[in-house]
Amino acid sequence: MGDLAWIVISSMLVSNFTLVMFLGLCPFLGVTQQVQTAFRLGIANTFVLVITAMSAWFLNRYVLGPAPFLRTIAFIVVIASAVQVVEMMIRKHYPALFRQLGIYLPLISTNCAILGLAIFQSNRGYNLIQGLAFALGAGTGLTLALSLMASIRMRTELSTVPSLMRGMGVVLVIASFLSMAFMGFAGLGAS
Amino acid sequence: MTAMGAAPVPVIGDAPQVVSVQRGVALPRRPEPPLFGDFMRGIWKENPVLVQMLGMCPTMAITNNVINSLAMGLATMFVLLGSEFIVSLFRHRIPTEVRIASYILVTATFVTMVDLSLEALTPGVHRALGAFIALIVVNCLVLGRQESFAAKQPVHRAVMDALGTGLGFTLGLSIMGAIREVLGNGTFLGVQVMPAAWEPWVIMVLPPGGFLTLGIVLLTLSAFREMRAQRAAVRPGRRIA
Repeated sequence: MGDLAWIVISSMLVSNFTLVMFLGLCPFLGVTQQVQTAFRLGIANTFVLVITAMSAWFLNRYVLGPAPFLRTIAFIVVIASAVQVVEMMIRKHYPALFRQLGIYLPLISTNCAILGLAIFQSNRGYNLIQGLAFALGAGTGLTLALSLMASIRMRTELSTVPSLMRGMGVVLVIASFLSMAFMGFAGLGAS
Repeated sequence: MTAMGAAPVPVIGDAPQVVSVQRGVALPRRPEPPLFGDFMRGIWKENPVLVQMLGMCPTMAITNNVINSLAMGLATMFVLLGSEFIVSLFRHRIPTEVRIASYILVTATFVTMVDLSLEALTPGVHRALGAFIALIVVNCLVLGRQESFAAKQPVHRAVMDALGTGLGFTLGLSIMGAIREVLGNGTFLGVQVMPAAWEPWVIMVLPPGGFLTLGIVLLTLSAFREMRAQRAAVRPGRRIA
Protein backbone atom coordinates (compact mmCIF):
# COMPACT_ATOMS: atom_id res chain seq x y z
CA MET A 1 0.00 0.00 0.00
CA GLY A 2 2.79 2.37 0.91
CA ASP A 3 4.38 1.39 -2.36
CA LEU A 4 1.26 2.44 -4.29
CA ALA A 5 1.02 5.74 -2.43
CA TRP A 6 4.64 6.42 -3.27
CA ILE A 7 4.05 5.68 -6.96
CA VAL A 8 1.15 8.15 -7.03
CA ILE A 9 3.02 10.92 -5.18
CA SER A 10 6.15 10.34 -7.19
CA SER A 11 4.49 10.52 -10.60
CA MET A 12 2.27 13.43 -9.55
CA LEU A 13 4.75 15.75 -7.83
CA VAL A 14 8.32 14.55 -7.42
CA SER A 15 8.81 13.58 -11.05
CA ASN A 16 5.89 15.47 -12.52
CA PHE A 17 5.48 14.35 -16.11
CA THR A 18 5.35 17.80 -17.64
CA LEU A 19 7.57 19.96 -15.48
CA VAL A 20 10.29 17.56 -14.43
CA MET A 21 10.33 14.84 -17.08
CA PHE A 22 9.33 17.04 -20.05
CA LEU A 23 6.63 14.78 -21.39
CA GLY A 24 3.60 16.32 -23.02
CA LEU A 25 4.92 19.81 -23.60
CA CYS A 26 2.82 20.48 -26.71
CA PRO A 27 -0.50 20.93 -24.88
CA PHE A 28 1.38 22.52 -21.96
CA LEU A 29 2.54 25.33 -24.24
CA GLY A 30 -0.38 25.22 -26.66
CA VAL A 31 -3.68 24.85 -24.77
CA THR A 32 -2.94 26.82 -21.62
CA GLN A 33 -4.65 30.10 -22.50
CA GLN A 34 -7.72 29.28 -20.39
CA VAL A 35 -7.90 27.48 -17.07
CA GLN A 36 -11.11 25.63 -17.84
CA THR A 37 -9.97 24.23 -21.17
CA ALA A 38 -6.60 23.29 -19.75
CA PHE A 39 -8.24 21.52 -16.83
CA ARG A 40 -10.55 19.55 -19.09
CA LEU A 41 -7.75 18.58 -21.42
CA GLY A 42 -5.91 17.34 -18.37
CA ILE A 43 -8.89 15.17 -17.44
CA ALA A 44 -9.15 13.79 -20.98
CA ASN A 45 -5.42 13.04 -20.86
CA THR A 46 -5.80 11.27 -17.52
CA PHE A 47 -8.52 9.10 -18.99
CA VAL A 48 -6.34 8.12 -21.95
CA LEU A 49 -3.42 7.50 -19.58
CA VAL A 50 -5.47 5.05 -17.54
CA ILE A 51 -6.63 3.17 -20.65
CA THR A 52 -3.04 3.11 -21.91
CA ALA A 53 -1.71 1.77 -18.64
CA MET A 54 -4.17 -1.11 -18.76
CA SER A 55 -3.47 -1.92 -22.41
CA ALA A 56 0.28 -1.64 -21.95
CA TRP A 57 0.12 -4.10 -19.08
CA PHE A 58 -1.96 -6.48 -21.19
CA LEU A 59 0.40 -6.18 -24.17
CA ASN A 60 3.49 -6.70 -22.03
CA ARG A 61 2.00 -9.67 -20.28
CA TYR A 62 0.40 -11.59 -23.11
CA VAL A 63 1.56 -10.30 -26.49
CA LEU A 64 5.02 -8.77 -26.49
CA GLY A 65 6.89 -11.59 -24.76
CA PRO A 66 8.12 -13.28 -27.94
CA ALA A 67 8.60 -10.04 -29.92
CA PRO A 68 9.95 -7.22 -27.74
CA PHE A 69 11.14 -5.23 -30.76
CA LEU A 70 7.51 -4.58 -31.70
CA ARG A 71 6.96 -2.68 -28.44
CA THR A 72 6.99 0.86 -29.80
CA ILE A 73 4.75 -0.01 -32.75
CA ALA A 74 2.26 -2.00 -30.65
CA PHE A 75 2.00 0.75 -28.03
CA ILE A 76 1.44 3.52 -30.52
CA VAL A 77 -1.30 1.60 -32.32
CA VAL A 78 -3.14 0.92 -29.06
CA ILE A 79 -2.78 4.55 -27.97
CA ALA A 80 -4.07 5.88 -31.28
CA SER A 81 -7.14 3.66 -31.01
CA ALA A 82 -7.77 4.68 -27.39
CA VAL A 83 -7.60 8.34 -28.35
CA GLN A 84 -10.02 7.73 -31.19
CA VAL A 85 -12.50 6.24 -28.72
CA VAL A 86 -12.14 9.17 -26.30
CA GLU A 87 -12.53 11.62 -29.16
CA MET A 88 -15.78 10.00 -30.29
CA MET A 89 -17.11 9.97 -26.73
CA ILE A 90 -16.31 13.63 -26.14
CA ARG A 91 -17.78 14.64 -29.49
CA LYS A 92 -21.01 12.84 -28.64
CA HIS A 93 -21.43 13.92 -25.02
CA TYR A 94 -19.60 17.28 -24.78
CA PRO A 95 -19.73 18.96 -28.21
CA ALA A 96 -18.74 22.35 -26.75
CA LEU A 97 -15.63 20.92 -25.14
CA PHE A 98 -14.87 19.14 -28.40
CA ARG A 99 -14.79 22.44 -30.25
CA GLN A 100 -12.68 24.11 -27.54
CA LEU A 101 -10.00 21.46 -27.57
CA GLY A 102 -9.82 21.50 -31.36
CA ILE A 103 -6.71 20.00 -32.86
CA TYR A 104 -5.26 19.19 -29.45
CA LEU A 105 -7.74 16.38 -28.86
CA PRO A 106 -6.55 14.09 -31.70
CA LEU A 107 -3.03 15.24 -30.86
CA ILE A 108 -3.30 13.48 -27.50
CA SER A 109 -2.22 10.38 -29.39
CA THR A 110 1.05 12.06 -30.28
CA ASN A 111 1.43 13.36 -26.74
CA CYS A 112 4.74 12.07 -25.40
CA ALA A 113 3.22 11.67 -21.95
CA ILE A 114 1.02 8.80 -23.09
CA LEU A 115 3.68 6.77 -24.86
CA GLY A 116 6.17 7.76 -22.18
CA LEU A 117 3.90 6.31 -19.51
CA ALA A 118 3.62 3.01 -21.39
CA ILE A 119 7.40 2.81 -21.85
CA PHE A 120 8.31 3.73 -18.26
CA GLN A 121 5.70 1.37 -16.94
CA SER A 122 7.15 -1.58 -18.84
CA ASN A 123 10.75 -0.57 -18.08
CA ARG A 124 9.96 -0.57 -14.37
CA GLY A 125 7.96 -3.80 -14.59
CA TYR A 126 4.83 -2.48 -12.85
CA ASN A 127 1.91 -4.86 -12.40
CA LEU A 128 -1.65 -3.86 -13.25
CA ILE A 129 -2.48 -2.12 -9.95
CA GLN A 130 0.86 -0.30 -9.84
CA GLY A 131 0.35 0.70 -13.47
CA LEU A 132 -3.05 2.16 -12.72
CA ALA A 133 -1.66 4.09 -9.74
CA PHE A 134 1.14 5.39 -11.97
CA ALA A 135 -1.35 6.49 -14.64
CA LEU A 136 -3.63 8.22 -12.11
CA GLY A 137 -0.72 10.03 -10.49
CA ALA A 138 0.72 11.07 -13.83
CA GLY A 139 -2.67 12.26 -15.05
CA THR A 140 -3.27 14.30 -11.89
CA GLY A 141 0.18 15.80 -12.18
CA LEU A 142 -0.44 16.68 -15.81
CA THR A 143 -3.79 18.30 -15.00
CA LEU A 144 -2.16 20.20 -12.14
CA ALA A 145 0.63 21.50 -14.36
CA LEU A 146 -1.76 22.49 -17.16
CA SER A 147 -4.11 24.33 -14.79
CA LEU A 148 -1.28 26.13 -12.95
CA MET A 149 0.26 27.26 -16.22
CA ALA A 150 -3.10 28.43 -17.56
CA SER A 151 -3.81 30.44 -14.39
CA ILE A 152 -0.46 32.20 -14.58
CA ARG A 153 -0.89 32.92 -18.28
CA MET A 154 -4.33 34.42 -17.68
CA ARG A 155 -2.70 36.74 -15.14
CA THR A 156 -0.14 37.88 -17.67
CA GLU A 157 -2.96 38.59 -20.15
CA LEU A 158 -4.44 41.08 -17.69
CA SER A 159 -1.25 42.90 -16.78
CA THR A 160 0.80 45.26 -18.91
CA VAL A 161 3.73 43.37 -20.31
CA PRO A 162 6.58 44.90 -22.35
CA SER A 163 6.12 44.06 -26.03
CA LEU A 164 9.28 41.98 -26.13
CA MET A 165 8.00 39.81 -23.31
CA ARG A 166 4.84 38.76 -25.11
CA GLY A 167 4.73 35.39 -26.79
CA MET A 168 6.49 32.12 -26.32
CA GLY A 169 9.74 33.28 -24.76
CA VAL A 170 8.18 34.52 -21.58
CA VAL A 171 5.88 31.49 -21.35
CA LEU A 172 8.98 29.31 -21.28
CA VAL A 173 10.54 31.44 -18.54
CA ILE A 174 7.34 31.08 -16.49
CA ALA A 175 7.47 27.33 -17.09
CA SER A 176 11.02 27.35 -15.83
CA PHE A 177 9.97 28.95 -12.52
CA LEU A 178 7.10 26.45 -12.16
CA SER A 179 9.55 23.65 -12.80
CA MET A 180 11.87 25.07 -10.13
CA ALA A 181 8.97 25.08 -7.68
CA PHE A 182 8.23 21.45 -8.45
CA MET A 183 11.87 20.56 -7.87
CA GLY A 184 11.23 21.42 -4.25
CA PHE A 185 9.20 18.23 -4.00
CA ALA A 186 12.35 16.22 -4.63
CA GLY A 187 12.94 16.60 -0.90
CA LEU A 188 10.06 14.16 -0.34
CA GLY A 189 12.43 11.26 -0.95
CA ALA A 190 14.64 9.53 -3.47
CA SER A 191 12.80 9.19 -6.76
CA MET B 1 8.03 41.26 -75.45
CA THR B 2 7.06 39.73 -78.79
CA ALA B 3 5.02 42.79 -79.66
CA MET B 4 8.06 45.01 -79.14
CA GLY B 5 10.66 42.98 -80.99
CA ALA B 6 8.60 41.29 -83.74
CA ALA B 7 8.12 44.08 -86.28
CA PRO B 8 11.50 45.45 -87.55
CA VAL B 9 13.68 42.53 -88.60
CA PRO B 10 12.11 39.09 -89.15
CA VAL B 11 15.21 37.13 -88.12
CA ILE B 12 15.50 38.82 -84.76
CA GLY B 13 11.73 38.90 -84.53
CA ASP B 14 11.66 35.14 -84.59
CA ALA B 15 14.14 34.70 -81.81
CA PRO B 16 12.15 36.29 -78.97
CA GLN B 17 9.11 34.41 -80.11
CA VAL B 18 10.89 31.09 -79.57
CA VAL B 19 12.03 32.27 -76.17
CA SER B 20 8.55 33.33 -75.24
CA VAL B 21 7.11 29.96 -76.30
CA GLN B 22 9.69 28.24 -74.14
CA ARG B 23 8.79 30.49 -71.26
CA GLY B 24 5.12 29.72 -71.78
CA VAL B 25 5.85 26.02 -71.45
CA ALA B 26 8.06 26.49 -68.46
CA LEU B 27 5.64 28.80 -66.68
CA PRO B 28 3.59 26.26 -64.68
CA ARG B 29 6.79 24.87 -63.15
CA ARG B 30 8.17 28.28 -62.32
CA PRO B 31 6.66 28.85 -58.84
CA GLU B 32 8.35 25.69 -57.57
CA PRO B 33 11.22 26.84 -55.38
CA PRO B 34 14.60 25.22 -55.98
CA LEU B 35 15.64 22.20 -53.97
CA PHE B 36 18.12 24.34 -52.11
CA GLY B 37 15.20 26.37 -50.78
CA ASP B 38 13.56 23.23 -49.40
CA PHE B 39 16.82 22.44 -47.70
CA MET B 40 17.56 25.86 -46.23
CA ARG B 41 14.03 26.59 -45.05
CA GLY B 42 14.21 23.97 -42.33
CA ILE B 43 17.57 25.17 -41.12
CA TRP B 44 16.82 28.78 -40.39
CA LYS B 45 13.57 30.37 -41.54
CA GLU B 46 11.36 27.59 -40.22
CA ASN B 47 13.76 26.12 -37.71
CA PRO B 48 11.80 23.49 -35.79
CA VAL B 49 13.20 24.43 -32.39
CA LEU B 50 13.66 28.19 -32.58
CA VAL B 51 10.77 29.25 -34.82
CA GLN B 52 8.12 26.56 -35.09
CA MET B 53 8.50 25.23 -31.55
CA LEU B 54 7.85 21.67 -32.62
CA GLY B 55 9.26 18.64 -30.89
CA MET B 56 9.63 20.41 -27.57
CA CYS B 57 9.90 17.34 -25.35
CA PRO B 58 13.33 16.11 -26.50
CA THR B 59 14.44 19.74 -26.87
CA MET B 60 14.05 20.23 -23.15
CA ALA B 61 14.79 16.81 -21.83
CA ILE B 62 18.05 15.66 -23.36
CA THR B 63 19.89 18.90 -24.12
CA ASN B 64 21.92 18.99 -20.92
CA ASN B 65 25.06 18.25 -22.89
CA VAL B 66 26.24 18.58 -26.47
CA ILE B 67 26.83 14.89 -27.22
CA ASN B 68 23.30 13.90 -26.29
CA SER B 69 21.87 16.80 -28.29
CA LEU B 70 23.84 15.83 -31.39
CA ALA B 71 22.87 12.17 -31.06
CA MET B 72 19.21 13.06 -30.60
CA GLY B 73 19.29 15.47 -33.55
CA LEU B 74 20.90 12.93 -35.86
CA ALA B 75 18.54 10.15 -34.75
CA THR B 76 15.56 12.40 -35.46
CA MET B 77 17.07 13.36 -38.81
CA PHE B 78 17.37 9.70 -39.79
CA VAL B 79 13.76 9.05 -38.81
CA LEU B 80 12.62 12.15 -40.73
CA LEU B 81 14.58 11.10 -43.79
CA GLY B 82 13.29 7.54 -43.84
CA SER B 83 9.69 8.33 -43.06
CA GLU B 84 9.42 11.33 -45.39
CA PHE B 85 10.92 9.20 -48.17
CA ILE B 86 8.40 6.40 -47.66
CA VAL B 87 5.42 8.71 -47.17
CA SER B 88 6.29 10.69 -50.27
CA LEU B 89 6.87 7.50 -52.28
CA PHE B 90 3.44 6.11 -51.37
CA ARG B 91 1.63 9.44 -51.27
CA HIS B 92 -0.85 8.42 -54.00
CA ARG B 93 -1.54 5.01 -52.47
CA ILE B 94 -2.24 5.87 -48.83
CA PRO B 95 -6.00 6.45 -48.36
CA THR B 96 -6.79 9.79 -46.75
CA GLU B 97 -8.89 8.29 -43.96
CA VAL B 98 -6.10 6.21 -42.49
CA ARG B 99 -3.17 8.43 -43.40
CA ILE B 100 -2.27 9.52 -39.86
CA ALA B 101 -2.22 5.93 -38.64
CA SER B 102 -0.08 4.93 -41.63
CA TYR B 103 2.35 7.80 -41.04
CA ILE B 104 2.71 6.85 -37.39
CA LEU B 105 3.36 3.21 -38.31
CA VAL B 106 6.02 4.20 -40.83
CA THR B 107 7.64 6.47 -38.24
CA ALA B 108 7.48 3.79 -35.56
CA THR B 109 9.30 1.36 -37.85
CA PHE B 110 12.19 3.75 -38.41
CA VAL B 111 12.30 4.66 -34.73
CA THR B 112 12.60 0.99 -33.80
CA MET B 113 15.51 0.72 -36.25
CA VAL B 114 17.26 3.72 -34.68
CA ASP B 115 16.56 2.46 -31.19
CA LEU B 116 18.06 -0.96 -31.79
CA SER B 117 21.04 0.38 -33.78
CA LEU B 118 21.94 2.94 -31.12
CA GLU B 119 21.67 0.31 -28.44
CA ALA B 120 24.11 -1.88 -30.35
CA LEU B 121 26.54 0.84 -31.48
CA THR B 122 26.70 3.36 -28.63
CA PRO B 123 25.17 1.88 -25.47
CA GLY B 124 26.30 4.87 -23.39
CA VAL B 125 24.44 7.43 -25.47
CA HIS B 126 21.46 5.10 -25.71
CA ARG B 127 21.30 4.90 -21.92
CA ALA B 128 21.57 8.67 -21.58
CA LEU B 129 18.75 9.32 -24.03
CA GLY B 130 16.62 6.62 -22.45
CA ALA B 131 12.98 6.59 -23.39
CA PHE B 132 13.36 9.66 -25.56
CA ILE B 133 14.62 7.62 -28.51
CA ALA B 134 11.37 5.66 -28.58
CA LEU B 135 9.51 8.93 -28.06
CA ILE B 136 10.67 10.22 -31.46
CA VAL B 137 7.53 8.42 -32.69
CA VAL B 138 5.36 11.02 -31.04
CA ASN B 139 7.54 13.99 -31.97
CA CYS B 140 5.10 16.43 -33.56
CA LEU B 141 7.90 17.52 -35.88
CA VAL B 142 8.00 14.20 -37.75
CA LEU B 143 4.24 13.89 -38.13
CA GLY B 144 4.00 17.56 -39.04
CA ARG B 145 6.52 17.33 -41.87
CA GLN B 146 4.90 14.15 -43.21
CA GLU B 147 1.44 15.63 -43.20
CA SER B 148 2.28 19.11 -44.44
CA PHE B 149 5.12 18.37 -46.85
CA ALA B 150 5.95 14.77 -47.75
CA ALA B 151 2.33 13.81 -48.41
CA LYS B 152 2.10 16.39 -51.19
CA GLN B 153 5.56 16.62 -52.72
CA PRO B 154 7.72 14.40 -54.95
CA VAL B 155 10.35 12.21 -53.37
CA HIS B 156 13.43 14.33 -54.09
CA ARG B 157 11.89 17.43 -52.52
CA ALA B 158 10.71 15.47 -49.50
CA VAL B 159 14.23 14.14 -48.98
CA MET B 160 15.73 17.64 -49.17
CA ASP B 161 13.10 18.90 -46.76
CA ALA B 162 13.87 16.05 -44.34
CA LEU B 163 17.60 16.80 -44.51
CA GLY B 164 17.04 20.52 -43.92
CA THR B 165 14.54 20.08 -41.11
CA GLY B 166 16.69 17.41 -39.52
CA LEU B 167 19.78 19.62 -39.64
CA GLY B 168 17.78 22.55 -38.30
CA PHE B 169 16.56 20.42 -35.42
CA THR B 170 20.11 19.23 -34.72
CA LEU B 171 21.30 22.84 -34.82
CA GLY B 172 18.61 23.99 -32.41
CA LEU B 173 19.31 21.15 -30.01
CA SER B 174 23.06 21.74 -30.19
CA ILE B 175 22.68 25.44 -29.39
CA MET B 176 20.63 24.53 -26.34
CA GLY B 177 23.04 21.74 -25.40
CA ALA B 178 26.07 24.01 -25.75
CA ILE B 179 24.60 26.77 -23.58
CA ARG B 180 23.45 24.36 -20.92
CA GLU B 181 26.63 22.31 -20.83
CA VAL B 182 28.99 25.30 -20.73
CA LEU B 183 27.05 27.16 -18.04
CA GLY B 184 25.86 24.19 -16.04
CA ASN B 185 28.91 22.00 -16.14
CA GLY B 186 31.75 24.22 -17.33
CA THR B 187 32.55 21.83 -20.18
CA PHE B 188 31.99 21.61 -23.93
CA LEU B 189 31.84 18.12 -25.46
CA GLY B 190 33.29 16.92 -22.17
CA VAL B 191 36.34 19.23 -22.33
CA GLN B 192 36.73 21.83 -19.59
CA VAL B 193 36.32 25.28 -21.17
CA MET B 194 35.48 27.50 -18.24
CA PRO B 195 38.24 28.61 -15.84
CA ALA B 196 38.69 26.52 -12.72
CA ALA B 197 37.24 29.31 -10.58
CA TRP B 198 33.92 29.01 -12.45
CA GLU B 199 31.17 27.82 -10.19
CA PRO B 200 28.84 25.69 -12.43
CA TRP B 201 25.24 26.83 -12.54
CA VAL B 202 23.80 23.44 -11.63
CA ILE B 203 20.29 24.68 -12.33
CA MET B 204 21.11 24.81 -16.06
CA VAL B 205 21.50 21.05 -16.39
CA LEU B 206 18.44 20.39 -14.23
CA PRO B 207 14.90 20.49 -15.67
CA PRO B 208 14.19 24.22 -15.06
CA GLY B 209 17.32 25.10 -17.03
CA GLY B 210 15.77 23.60 -20.16
CA PHE B 211 12.79 25.93 -20.10
CA LEU B 212 14.94 28.87 -19.05
CA THR B 213 17.53 28.39 -21.80
CA LEU B 214 15.01 28.10 -24.61
CA GLY B 215 13.03 31.01 -23.19
CA ILE B 216 16.09 33.25 -23.10
CA VAL B 217 17.22 32.16 -26.57
CA LEU B 218 13.76 33.00 -27.96
CA LEU B 219 13.68 36.36 -26.15
CA THR B 220 17.11 37.21 -27.55
CA LEU B 221 16.02 36.28 -31.07
CA SER B 222 12.86 38.35 -30.83
CA ALA B 223 14.85 41.27 -29.41
CA PHE B 224 17.14 41.13 -32.46
CA ARG B 225 14.13 40.90 -34.75
CA GLU B 226 12.52 43.92 -33.09
CA MET B 227 15.74 45.92 -33.33
CA ARG B 228 16.04 45.14 -37.02
CA ALA B 229 12.39 46.02 -37.63
CA GLN B 230 12.87 49.34 -35.85
CA ARG B 231 15.98 50.16 -37.87
CA ALA B 232 14.14 49.27 -41.08
CA ALA B 233 11.24 51.43 -39.97
CA VAL B 234 13.45 54.44 -39.25
CA ARG B 235 15.46 54.40 -42.49
CA PRO B 236 12.73 54.82 -45.13
CA GLY B 237 10.94 57.26 -42.82
CA ARG B 238 7.78 55.22 -42.31
CA ARG B 239 6.59 52.71 -39.82
CA ILE B 240 6.24 48.99 -40.44
CA ALA B 241 3.58 47.52 -38.24
